[in-house]
Amino acid sequence: MHGLINKSIEAFVKDTYGDDAWRAIGAKADLEDLSFEAMMVYDTPVTTRIVVCATEVLNVDCADFLQNLGTYLVSQPTQQAVRRLLRFGGVDFVDFLYSLDDLHDRARLAVPDLFLPNLELREHTVNQFSLTIRSDLLGFGHVLIGLLTAMADDYGALVMLEYGGSQEGVETIAIALLESAFAAGNRFELGARA
Amino acid sequence: MIVDRGLTQAPALNWAALEPAFDILCPMHLRLTHTGHIVHVAPTLKKMRADIDLIGKRFLEVFRLDRPRSVKSMGELTQRARSKLHLELRDEPFTALKGVLVQLPDGQGALVNLSFGISVVEGVQDYGLNSADFAATDLAIEMLYLVEAKSAAMDASRNLNHRLQGAKLAAEEQAATDTLTGLKNRRAADHILAAALAEDSEFSLMNLDLDFFKSVNDTQGHAAGDYVLQEVAKVMRAETRKGDMIARVGGDEFMFLIDGLTKKEKLLEIANRLIRGIEKPIAFEQTQCHISASIGIATRSRGDSEGLDALMLCSDRALYASKSKGRACATFFEELD
Repeated sequence: MHGLINKSIEAFVKDTYGDDAWRAIGAKADLEDLSFEAMMVYDTPVTTRIVVCATEVLNVDCADFLQNLGTYLVSQPTQQAVRRLLRFGGVDFVDFLYSLDDLHDRARLAVPDLFLPNLELREHTVNQFSLTIRSDLLGFGHVLIGLLTAMADDYGALVMLEYGGSQEGVETIAIALLESAFAAGNRFELGARA
Repeated sequence: MIVDRGLTQAPALNWAALEPAFDILCPMHLRLTHTGHIVHVAPTLKKMRADIDLIGKRFLEVFRLDRPRSVKSMGELTQRARSKLHLELRDEPFTALKGVLVQLPDGQGALVNLSFGISVVEGVQDYGLNSADFAATDLAIEMLYLVEAKSAAMDASRNLNHRLQGAKLAAEEQAATDTLTGLKNRRAADHILAAALAEDSEFSLMNLDLDFFKSVNDTQGHAAGDYVLQEVAKVMRAETRKGDMIARVGGDEFMFLIDGLTKKEKLLEIANRLIRGIEKPIAFEQTQCHISASIGIATRSRGDSEGLDALMLCSDRALYASKSKGRACATFFEELD
């Protein structure tokens, strides 16, 4: 698993539960180094082990933990890059949903060895969609629910998301778009100066 | 006047009536009269010069042509129909633009389509543009995405490089070994000497400088110099005892701590063996390298009150005495006048 993903989990735990919590998780997960390098690649079992140990140490539900991680990735002020890069995907929330099909390829354009899960959006009616997720990190669907909730807020859309479970490593999420312009949403300047 | 080949075949068209369609397809286009005056400005261009009415102005009065630079009039500009134009707005911000012109038939003037090209990043910042300001088919948004994604990735890589560089320096700082010869380094030598003094041990300190080493480096190159240093280190290990410290403390400067030994005859024997060993020609590629060594020795007995600096000064002065005697010899500090 790419260091960017492990580093995100590390930042989420540290910012949400504190440095001590992260040290406890690192000890339980037998991490050689408590700090991940964003631009290095680690074995996938390491990522799985951190998630399992985190839920045990923090005594939280795994689905909740992953969902909060997804929300954190988009809404945390220190992680603006993720929100901005996702916002490039579409001018409104539906446009953005369709851009998820390209997420895997878009990520690799930026970081060639970053393999994000393969996502596929299906449109059932004009406001009913489902998203299928193929990932070697089981439970990624929960991360996406948190991420999509935060992105809907960012676009000012009102949505209902439901985890559809996983079958043979393929997870699904049902997405109901109740109102695409429910709130004003956050501004997105194409050329925000760093 | 060259009229675009495709357009001459077209039935007489009312170009003004097509403008709403062109505004969507090419939101950065202009229509000019045959005299080069602007009669229509598409929405994104309008947004870029919101406070100026461009209608009625001459195209070349608003835009400066960077390439081809020879173009000074509308007549010359229409000669460049279909080819790439490099333009710049004449007032601030002086945005650089790419363009292409097509000549319309029947004296209806010309259409010019513009784009940001590589200046798109500054363009969207300067004019606060959003997705709707670009044609849906325009790759500008993808380009902006890539620029931002790549710079985020580069930042992360740069951070990693900085940390690795820092870790490397820290590791070198803590290292006790001279990487070229595998002998102890200056840092380690200082530690070992300080510890020997603290334990009030009996030992001798021997300073050794290589003679004529600089000329090997100068005439035969650094590779030869490095090889000579490695060979010299082998001689030093062979001619000393296991518990003795050998350190490379400068480019061609070495220091020995001979533990528990202060007898002059014994020390002189070691020193002479070292010099003889070092004087053996060292073969490097097609040449033979000839060097020698000068040595200064200071002894320390149990109970001596001198500190480390004083001891080092003694062995150093003995070394310089050897050098002034004509090199390739060893001198005891105690024998100096």
